[in-house]
Amino acid sequence: MDILYNILIDPFVQMGSAPDFFLQVLWSGFVAGTLYSLIALGFVLIFKASGVFNFAQGIMVVFAALTLVGLYQAGVPAWIALILTIGAMFALAWLVERIVLRNLVNQEEIILFMATIGLNYFLIGFGEYVFGGEPKPMIASELGLPTGSTTFEPFGGIVIIEHLDVAAVIMAIILVTALAIFFNKTRIGRALRAVADDHQAALSVGISLNQIWVIVWFAAGIVALATGIMWGAKSDVSFALQIVALKALPVLIIGGFTSIPGAIIGGLMIGFGEKLFEIYWGGLLGSGVEGWFAYVIALIFLLFRPQGLFGEKIIERI
Amino acid sequence: MNVAVKPADTGSDRANAPEVMLDIRNVSLSFGGVHAIKDVSFDIHKGEIRAIIGPNGAGKTSMLNVINGFYHPQVGEITFKGETRTQMRPYVAATQGIARTFQNVALFKGMSTLDNIMSGRTLKMHKNFFWQMLRFGPAMQEEVEHRERVEEIIDFLEIQHIRRTPVGRLPYGLQKRVELARALAMEPELLLLDEPMAGMNLEEKEDMSRFILDVNDQFGTTIALIEHDMGVVMDLSTRVVVLDHGEKIADGTPAEVSSNQDVIDAYLGVAH
Amino acid sequence: MFYREVGQFKTNYTADSQVFPILQDKIGIIAMLVIAYVVIPAAGNDFFITTVMIPFLVFSLATIGLNILVGYTGQLSLGTGAFMGVGAYSCYKLTTFFPDVNIIIMVLLSGFFAAGVGIIFGLPSLRIKGFYLAVTTLAAQFFLEWAFIRIPWLYNYNDSGAIEVPQREGFGVVLTGAAAEPVTRYLVVLSIVVAMTWVASNLIRGRIGRSWMMIRDMDIAAELMGVRPLYAKLSAFAVSSFYCGVAGAMFVFFWLGAAEVESFDINHSFLFLFMAIIGGLGSLIGCFMGAAFIWILPIIIRALPDAMGLDVNAATVEHINFMIIGGMIIFFLIVEPHGLARLWQIAKEKLRTWPFPYS
Repeated sequence: MDILYNILIDPFVQMGSAPDFFLQVLWSGFVAGTLYSLIALGFVLIFKASGVFNFAQGIMVVFAALTLVGLYQAGVPAWIALILTIGAMFALAWLVERIVLRNLVNQEEIILFMATIGLNYFLIGFGEYVFGGEPKPMIASELGLPTGSTTFEPFGGIVIIEHLDVAAVIMAIILVTALAIFFNKTRIGRALRAVADDHQAALSVGISLNQIWVIVWFAAGIVALATGIMWGAKSDVSFALQIVALKALPVLIIGGFTSIPGAIIGGLMIGFGEKLFEIYWGGLLGSGVEGWFAYVIALIFLLFRPQGLFGEKIIERI
Repeated sequence: MNVAVKPADTGSDRANAPEVMLDIRNVSLSFGGVHAIKDVSFDIHKGEIRAIIGPNGAGKTSMLNVINGFYHPQVGEITFKGETRTQMRPYVAATQGIARTFQNVALFKGMSTLDNIMSGRTLKMHKNFFWQMLRFGPAMQEEVEHRERVEEIIDFLEIQHIRRTPVGRLPYGLQKRVELARALAMEPELLLLDEPMAGMNLEEKEDMSRFILDVNDQFGTTIALIEHDMGVVMDLSTRVVVLDHGEKIADGTPAEVSSNQDVIDAYLGVAH
Repeated sequence: MFYREVGQFKTNYTADSQVFPILQDKIGIIAMLVIAYVVIPAAGNDFFITTVMIPFLVFSLATIGLNILVGYTGQLSLGTGAFMGVGAYSCYKLTTFFPDVNIIIMVLLSGFFAAGVGIIFGLPSLRIKGFYLAVTTLAAQFFLEWAFIRIPWLYNYNDSGAIEVPQREGFGVVLTGAAAEPVTRYLVVLSIVVAMTWVASNLIRGRIGRSWMMIRDMDIAAELMGVRPLYAKLSAFAVSSFYCGVAGAMFVFFWLGAAEVESFDINHSFLFLFMAIIGGLGSLIGCFMGAAFIWILPIIIRALPDAMGLDVNAATVEHINFMIIGGMIIFFLIVEPHGLARLWQIAKEKLRTWPFPYS
């Protein structure tokens, strides 16, 4: 009975007795969720436009952030470093298209997926070789990101909201809106969707596959950079980030691989769920549950709704 | 293989009240708002070649999918060999003796012709995991027994020369033939053929027609086939059922069907 | 010229379905076994045996396990490391409870625990495919990693949080622990790997292996032909995890000597996936080739700077290693998606007609 009490009732009693703390937890879940959404967004972009499940999105986040910090540490002014980093992400997109994707046109998606795992490894080695493996602080204030925090006092308690987190949320909203417009309203956006559907068919109506791939990988690179800056500002920039970035996978499962709103809602669900579970239920299991909670949620989710939150039910044909 | 020779002759079958092998009663199937099959009933007699024809999108393949349990109709019932079924998994149909080939060749691309046909014997092989691990004694004996069966089928369909070839490398016509071989390896009582002659040239069609007649003749296998080539349908089939927009518009001998006004309208189009 | 099957006729189906139907291949495999069992123990030094051969064999076995799942059944798994961990930890617990039982039996028994866990995490495969499944295996990976840390019972409440291999005997010889001879450990590992490879090749060529491949190539057609996806997929998960579990137990007991959770982390899972890809998905001999490639190439790269008299620091070499492995993966996927095994097969086909390609 104690166990049932601890699982079913006690967490809610705690939430009720310290509502300010509960709000704080919710806020941190919201911020974490935003960042998950951003990473997932990078995945969705590439998957939508090239049908490639880009495993290297996580390392692209790290790589972008490292390039930015590395350039700054080499004496380049912050804003110029930012522009150069964007240039580097374009170069990366171009090289990936040139060397990897172009040679794998029309291969099975599983092969493309594995190629991105190879890319992941290559970028880890390359990043560490160039920038070294030790964590670096993100140059947040140099880029003009707000620091400091505001303290609210609801329910007679305190809730601290970091300005940086607010900036992260705003930036995420801007990025998502821009991408949604780009995808749905522009000519290139339509071409992107055509490519995702069928490489050969897209080629046959005169869409340049190569150009599309560069664009979309570049866009994913920009998203990665934004994610890298925000995440790096919260903790340091290190290769550990790429494991965190894997959490985008459960987010995608919940949201569906091709849905931008799905990525956002999935990210937020995982963010909230993870924080709440860790704080209020994690103690029962000896804490540290953040590492797997998202995956297990995704797994359970899959059992009941294999097509994801926004996916359509698949009719199998033969 | 039971070599109970059964005359495929139409007249004699009809005269002495033929045994019904498969009976489809008032079957309806829909996906969301799309009605693939609307209240269709027909039966398949033991030993006959039953053709299912109709324009594209008439619900022919869906009908086969219903017969072997891949789709579950919302309404209606299916009686196979006197047993009425409701919901069931496709492998149950396989155990009851229903085999099929597919419209878009569904061979196991990573395996050789021999392995593909051997895979048709899966249900007939029973040696347990332990013997399989050792591949020795009973397991080996079983493997060889079934290999002999498979070689008979390979001889029958004249595909000895491609025994070791990965099926992915075979030309389309041969792939279709391997698929038929694989279905035959299951020693089915009811064989469903989904457009066995699609995309073939005349010579290949003639070969395939001969194989279908031989299978029906020598093994006594009941056959239901979907085909677009009317010449083939008229020559091969005992009886024909015609579907259009998911509804049955005609049922009878090839001669009856081909003179039916609804059928002619469905195929040639008619001003509504 | 030398590699011909001319004049070698098969008169029954048993002979026709051998693994090595050609005489020259049989001679080849026997020669390999003689080298492995006689020449290497006699001539190899301890460094070669412990640093090269034992891990190579263990990794080959883990790769076979993974290949059964990915290459033969088409179910992508990113949780190999964790399944190896299950094997290692259960072997540790087993030998704690029954210290007097032959350790080889314990190693094999621990495979069953891994198989059980594999079945549980394989259950989602009944409803989902492809990347989706990859994510559920990630769930296994992270959940099990967490369990290895958070359940102190698993490592006997050691302060270090690591499992340390005790000294254990079998057949009156010390097989594990610091006192065990490298050659002894090598021979044990070799025998287990050879036996299990043989079993794997039997399974794959028989009914069960065919049903795995049917699911891989076209799951719907397989079901319509009487394969029950439940049995086929879960048996693949069970066998695969069994192999990984045994490999994991050997990994710790016959090679590392002590292990923490880091030995079973996601990077190891990837490493085995790479071995399977580079070696060739759906090929047993490819597993050995892939393991050799990924394990031995870095050893050579590490040794190169010294041999050439260059002074490159160790970290840099590691980074270059990563880049080379990543690059090789992409290279292989582009040039030959079926891996080294396919190249080997092509070479053999060429050799059969050499030097008269049109004869």
